[in-house]
Amino acid sequence: MSASSMKTIKNRIKSIKGTMQITKAMELVATSKMRKATERIASSKPYFKILNETLEDIAKDNKDFSSVFTRKREGKTCHIIIAGDRGLAGGYNHNLFKSLRIEEDDIILPIGRKVVEYFDGANIYTDDYAKAGDIKISDCHAMGNLLAKAYEKGEFTRLTISYTSFVNVLVQEPKTEEMLPIRVEHTEEGMRNMNYSLIIYEPTAESAFGEIVPYYLSGMIYGAVSESVASELSARRNAMESATDNASEMIDKLSLEYNRARQASITQELTEIIAGAENL
Amino acid sequence: MANTFHLQIVTPDGLLFDGNAQRILVRTTEGDVGILSGHSDYVSPVATGMTRVTMDDGEVKTAACSGGFISVKKGITRLVANTFEWAEDIDVERAKRAQTRAEEKLKEASDYAERAAEIKLKRAITRIRVGEGTK
Repeated sequence: MSASSMKTIKNRIKSIKGTMQITKAMELVATSKMRKATERIASSKPYFKILNETLEDIAKDNKDFSSVFTRKREGKTCHIIIAGDRGLAGGYNHNLFKSLRIEEDDIILPIGRKVVEYFDGANIYTDDYAKAGDIKISDCHAMGNLLAKAYEKGEFTRLTISYTSFVNVLVQEPKTEEMLPIRVEHTEEGMRNMNYSLIIYEPTAESAFGEIVPYYLSGMIYGAVSESVASELSARRNAMESATDNASEMIDKLSLEYNRARQASITQELTEIIAGAENL
Repeated sequence: MANTFHLQIVTPDGLLFDGNAQRILVRTTEGDVGILSGHSDYVSPVATGMTRVTMDDGEVKTAACSGGFISVKKGITRLVANTFEWAEDIDVERAKRAQTRAEEKLKEASDYAERAAEIKLKRAITRIRVGEGTK
């Protein structure tokens, strides 16, 4: 072992230490952001629960109108796809993309810069909402209105949403859910009341439903975005945590190698000196 | 003791109210609607406007509410709103600034932007009305 190999090892240790500092910092940032994101999910949960319950109630009890929002039609599908703005989050983006089933002429509404990059050149509906981190509830309302109108007009006849659901800090699952047409399971009670609804709608059942659908869409989108953001952050935190662990493991290994090399060179020098002294 | 019913008020920011109330007066797209206990099942979209809730102890609280819908189902009334702020939580100064901003935008705005500004203006005016009403 020579001094030059000692130097290479030293340089590698230095560069790994630098990387480790970055991954450690990213881990800490992701951890603190994640706390906020999970709080957001928790605080918006009752809204979605009640929103869904109410919609289900309306749809279930109703037989006296067949809104476009509940009817099946032939045509294109629009996919809302939510992923991250940045990489370095383990398999977060990749796992979602892998789970997608997309036909050739389907329309895509990307949320997240990585989605825009991934579907470069595909049928993109609008990239106004490309930055997942900036999506606020008002953006979701704008999207909900836009999509409800486009759906009514028949620009697409099916709407799905793909996002990463936040199971817990360690588990995130890519998911695709149907949004439109709304699947309605008619209860017996609803069937019996086929001719008239027991619920009073103002102004009419159809228009009330039509007004509520955009809220339903925006609510779903907001929920999915919130979950995805939390998933991305925890995926990044986990990825960075293991990167940091790997880096410190590598540093340990290299330090050992470095010390061995140093010891070897000392031993060699000693041997050389002793050999030289014997020859005197 | 007056009759009360179960009222829930939610926005994406969370569950703002979950308890008993004597009455809720809310502005729907068709006009103001008051709901008392024993109301039949009912659904209507909600417009931007003032909401008045009479609590079970008779206290009347006002709030600024915009967008969403209200539903009554089996005695439970749910107000699912975009934004909902109790009068005491409203920042009147901020709403006033929003009002001037929206008014300025209205002067020069195009079709779509005009509608957006109009909605914002309406929301700001409602907030100011509700917020100042308590003082």
